[in-house]
Amino acid sequence: MRDVYVIGIGITSFSRLEYPLVEIAAYPAVMAMKDCGLSKVDHLFVANMGASRLNHQTGLASALVDHLSLTPVGAETIENGPASGASAIKAGWMAVASGLHDTVMVVGAERMREANNLETTDFVASLTHPLAEQIYGVTLPSLAGMFTRLYMEKYGVTSRHLAMVAIKNHNNAMLNKFAHLHEPITLEGILDSDDALTNNPMVADPLRFYDMCPVSDGGACVILACAEVAKKVKRPLIRLAGVGQATDTHCVHERKEPTDLLAVRGAAAQSFKMAGIKPSDVQVAELHDAFTILEIAESEEVGFFKKGQGHIALEEGYTSLTGKLPINPSGGLKAKGHPVGATGVGQAHEIVTQLRGEAGERQVKNARVGFTVNFGGFGNNVVALTFIKEK
Amino acid sequence: MAVDLEQLLRPVDNPAPPFPPKVVTLANGEKMVIRQIGRDDIPTILPFVEPLIHVERDYYDIVAARLYAELLGYYRHRVQDEYVLIAQVNGELAAIVNGRRVNPQVGMSYHTLSLKRGMRVGAHAFAAKMEYHIDIMKQEEVLVVAESPIGFRRWMIEYNLEKRFHIQHELGGVPSYALTRELFERARHSLIVGSRPVPKPLLEKAMEAILPPSDPPKPPFDPLAATRAAYDSTGTALRIQRRKLERGK
Repeated sequence: MRDVYVIGIGITSFSRLEYPLVEIAAYPAVMAMKDCGLSKVDHLFVANMGASRLNHQTGLASALVDHLSLTPVGAETIENGPASGASAIKAGWMAVASGLHDTVMVVGAERMREANNLETTDFVASLTHPLAEQIYGVTLPSLAGMFTRLYMEKYGVTSRHLAMVAIKNHNNAMLNKFAHLHEPITLEGILDSDDALTNNPMVADPLRFYDMCPVSDGGACVILACAEVAKKVKRPLIRLAGVGQATDTHCVHERKEPTDLLAVRGAAAQSFKMAGIKPSDVQVAELHDAFTILEIAESEEVGFFKKGQGHIALEEGYTSLTGKLPINPSGGLKAKGHPVGATGVGQAHEIVTQLRGEAGERQVKNARVGFTVNFGGFGNNVVALTFIKEK
Repeated sequence: MAVDLEQLLRPVDNPAPPFPPKVVTLANGEKMVIRQIGRDDIPTILPFVEPLIHVERDYYDIVAARLYAELLGYYRHRVQDEYVLIAQVNGELAAIVNGRRVNPQVGMSYHTLSLKRGMRVGAHAFAAKMEYHIDIMKQEEVLVVAESPIGFRRWMIEYNLEKRFHIQHELGGVPSYALTRELFERARHSLIVGSRPVPKPLLEKAMEAILPPSDPPKPPFDPLAATRAAYDSTGTALRIQRRKLERGK
């Protein structure tokens, strides 16, 4: 297999975007082409989860390839729930690594805020098992709530730890102009004061309002290329060195141990093995914190910390921007935002920005190895990517 | 016989108890003081409301335009029994709410305008307004309408307001709802926040001056402005590229 490099990146603000979906997808694509100086690519993959339902649009890749004047190159839309973004990157990686194409553009785009919050919650809940979960009113927040309660009982995680994740990621997002939420929050304001219960009401016990990611619109793009093309482009050489994917039972209740996220564990192990590194080699990571508990749980499953120790590492500042292993320097899904189909591409955008040393105030010093986890369903389909900056 | 027309045009306000100031802790830890202002303060806040008339997002334009008129009506003595509460953070104007007493039993909520977005600033100010009607003016219910989806979620859904569609609200043809004393009691421990008395330094800071909001709502910005700034400070290259794309070149 050939080595695959990320040569161009682009992103929109993750917020409410009052543009048609195809334009949300097109802008980061144009930015990425400008970033690497290419005016055409061999193939286009577009990650999107909800256009058919939320925007009454299908065939987004066909629309985008024409919008970008890239016809007649091949174009496909990839849907893998909230892991669509990393899945599309994986498809792009396969196309380049196999020698099928030399350059592939991967765009993730979503426009969710067109629908109201009830519709959006219902749409995301369609990821769950239709007969065993969905008909009983199960939503992603409710699954996350039950998962968190078990985690608390088993490992001693508290509401304070969850709030610390939220505060850390909100603070990081303050340094990211593309982030959805630019709101610093404090323990006093969301947990300790008399007014905290109203500021931060319970949503899915024990998860509160500030434990949830926002619903965002947004787009992101990476352009992948073989070594020959990458070396011609005068940008830092960032290699997509590891790609891993694993799945788990559709129904959460069928898992032997519901607090284990085996798909995260499996995907990360594959990705590290392919990249030839250990979890301890990672210097910056973007984990899928759609709910605060997930950042803690994933940080353990990928091997950064022992099971049950993630909240301790958080408490000790290990995962803060100035800690030994900064997690979610972009603000994560929690504060940067979660336009579902675009999220995985947005994570890759952040890691490439960090490895290039272009992250400004939120730059992780001397970062050379970066890692992402993009989490589909409630952990039933996970893609993990490892990026290495080459000298 | 000479007639003082102004005296005929000017309604006579009925006496009402004042709203005692309160302080609310926001999610970011900041302390927000909510207090009542009088007619003399209106000229100070009107210039902060006026720019929002041009903000065509989240119905700021219509709310600001109507609130501006209501504030002016209050200032010029053209509305009976109107009151205005403001919320301030570090002296900065964060929200304005207003309404009036229709009769001793019924109040009418006019508008809620947040000049500081997020963190339930508007929701907290609205709650204070409801508290003024029910707890302090001892009214039995408040008529409420919503002009935006955010307002509908915050008032009609969160408080589970009762329908009063047969009553014409003074704001026009929007269906009327009502917050009754019973609904207020149900919401008291979850939605009605804040404490009294306001610590002296906080109150003094608020009373000292009503400062302009440092980050007021802005018109819909080009959602990709941040992207442009990062890659192309002038945006020229992107505009040219976009034009080419639109022309299919």
